[in-house]
Amino acid sequence: MTTGAQSLVRSLESAGCEVIFGIPGGAILPAYDPLLESSIRHILMRHEQGAGHAAEGYAHVTGKVGVCMATSGPGATNLVTPLADAFMDSVPVVAVTGQVPRAVIGNDAFQEADICGITLPITKHNYKVMDVDEIPEVIAEAFHIASSGRPGPVLVDIPKDVLQAQTVFEWPQSINLPGYRPIAQPNGRQIRSAAQLINESRRPILYVGGGVLKARAAKELMHLAEAIGAPVVTTLMARGAFPDNHPLCLGMPGMHGSYAAVTAMQRSDLLINIGARFDDRVTGNLQGFAPEAKIIHADIDPAEIGKNRAADVPIVGDARSVIVELTRAVVEKMSVDGRPDLNAWHELVSSWSRDYPIAYKQEDDGPIKPQFVVDVFDQALQGEAVVVTGVGQHQMWASQIMSCNRPYSWVTSGGLGTMGFAVPAALGAKVGRPDDRVVAIDGDGCFQMTAQELATATLNHTPFIVAILNNAHLGMVRQWQELFYDERYSEVHLPQDVPDYAMLAEAYGAVGLRATRPEEVETIVDKALGVDDRPCVIDFRVDSTEMCFPMIPAGASNDEIILGPSSPDEPAAAEADIRRTA
Amino acid sequence: MNTTTQTLSVLVENKPGVLARISGLFARRGFNIDSLAVGETEDPAVSRMTIVVSVDNKPLEHVTKQLHKLINVLRIAELPHDASVERELALIKVGAGAGRRAEVLEMVEIFRAKVIDVDPESIVVEATGTPEKVEALLQLLNPFGIIEMARTGRVALGRGARGLRAGVLRPVPVFEAS
Repeated sequence: MTTGAQSLVRSLESAGCEVIFGIPGGAILPAYDPLLESSIRHILMRHEQGAGHAAEGYAHVTGKVGVCMATSGPGATNLVTPLADAFMDSVPVVAVTGQVPRAVIGNDAFQEADICGITLPITKHNYKVMDVDEIPEVIAEAFHIASSGRPGPVLVDIPKDVLQAQTVFEWPQSINLPGYRPIAQPNGRQIRSAAQLINESRRPILYVGGGVLKARAAKELMHLAEAIGAPVVTTLMARGAFPDNHPLCLGMPGMHGSYAAVTAMQRSDLLINIGARFDDRVTGNLQGFAPEAKIIHADIDPAEIGKNRAADVPIVGDARSVIVELTRAVVEKMSVDGRPDLNAWHELVSSWSRDYPIAYKQEDDGPIKPQFVVDVFDQALQGEAVVVTGVGQHQMWASQIMSCNRPYSWVTSGGLGTMGFAVPAALGAKVGRPDDRVVAIDGDGCFQMTAQELATATLNHTPFIVAILNNAHLGMVRQWQELFYDERYSEVHLPQDVPDYAMLAEAYGAVGLRATRPEEVETIVDKALGVDDRPCVIDFRVDSTEMCFPMIPAGASNDEIILGPSSPDEPAAAEADIRRTA
Repeated sequence: MNTTTQTLSVLVENKPGVLARISGLFARRGFNIDSLAVGETEDPAVSRMTIVVSVDNKPLEHVTKQLHKLINVLRIAELPHDASVERELALIKVGAGAGRRAEVLEMVEIFRAKVIDVDPESIVVEATGTPEKVEALLQLLNPFGIIEMARTGRVALGRGARGLRAGVLRPVPVFEAS
């Protein structure tokens, strides 16, 4: 006989869990005792939100299920934000929470919260385990649901007395989920219809989303893109799925996407969407989005197809199977019908990339431009690092400027837009890929939301760099107030020297550095790259007034892209008054 | 208000919390439920929910695709009005003192409803039928004064010999643990 707690830990081991990010507390206490003898490494976080984001960072870079653990009540509710984040970005996460004993559930007991009820809309599925014998089955199902189909978070809530009850541990041989059968293999007829459309297209664009990374299909995607000869845009969730240094790559589309990516989608006659969801940040105003394009939409989640934009050819299936089958069909079609001439399209698209690159101006004697810092990191890292970001201007600059040439090396919060994501996610990424360098590009606003996890990083010997683009503001909010609220700045100022970020880092046992002038940036970056035994935080005092461009105002059509002051020539489409109202 | 409705028959695992998952999904995805009736099926492990959905704002397909994503949902069938039988039960307490009782009873008789409780001042009528029939009876009883009523919401089955079954599905082998 074993206890429920022992059964839980053995189940987690059997499911392949190597590391748990968590914090113990009253109701989950029994589970922490057998962890002492387990092969599973536990990382003691400083806040449960950090535990959740660390599990996400781990999952992003390894492709495995990230596991976090918390106690009942406030421990569990602190997981709500990371679970919502994982739900929006389809990250495989299993959260295990303690619950008050069965006898007092519903009595408003100490530290009781109905976490299953609370997380119903933000988990792929959740369980309240009321029978100790069910623990192995539930854990097996939770890992299966989290990691298969469209991945997502699963929460397992276990009352304390269930963890203490006696049971016999038996790992199940099979999983019986009659209502859960994700369709992996695409329909052959739809694949042939898609190949037909591709062969008829003269202005195709591969619109690649996070689903391609979730399916671990970056290599396969390369074959498809080259077979079609279609330019590729990679969404914020798909950065690195196709290498930025490939001639077909146009970078990120959407609200702050490159002019080439945005405009190529607008002018395209065929969007081949694989694993993306026509998110509003990509499409802008749906009515004006890619007006001439036919749509091939492949997704493992049938509910995404037709949700925002009707598909001419819907394909339900795993991105890797879809890409493999589609490549085969396209090659076959071209061997019969010949290869379409896309030269005119390539020339047009290249001219957009050439004429309207992501631009900024760093003056020698001016303040540090935030983009310059990202640029220096990009040069220094040469694409050989895992890059993690928070949410806001710094995130967009990082996505625009960092060369994402390798898959599974870009970790960010997309759908939910969770400020404070970077530090704990960087920790999780470093735990998942200890041999890779991890660099977090963060904002001063974001950093302050989860900075306490630096203590966790120091104590667990997980060194990573946090580059704070300290512009003394909630920068993206400031940008919107400047553009759309008549420069009426309301509650966006965060003093540049409170806290003293370098001293704060030192207080956490990390290395704290600061750069205030452009000529210091390279030296400081070099210095930071030399630190390999501790986390290193750099306070880059950057220009507060710098705005992130290109930009498509919220609700506007993608034709109304604003290029910004540093661009060489404003194209006709962007002649809109920069200070227009949203 | 004139709304277009569709009837869905949904087989779900008979487990705690499933009703909350379904009603919560409708609420957060912005779909409106006109009525929802739930009960066990011939298989006690399976419950059938008959859900009448208002489909003015979003296509029914969006509802069913989101429903399919719930792990506890086994099968979904759309039941078109012309290919299914639909019934609803209503208990209606009508003010019917001695003076007007005969008139009420006449209505009850015409609609083949039943009187299941009598009081000097009121009677309780049990009416079963298509939602249209129940609605028509209510209209006629309304002038007498409806004190209170309870309706079950619609239940429905497709016509013909074929049935919607959860079916037996092959269990998935547990993935390899590393």
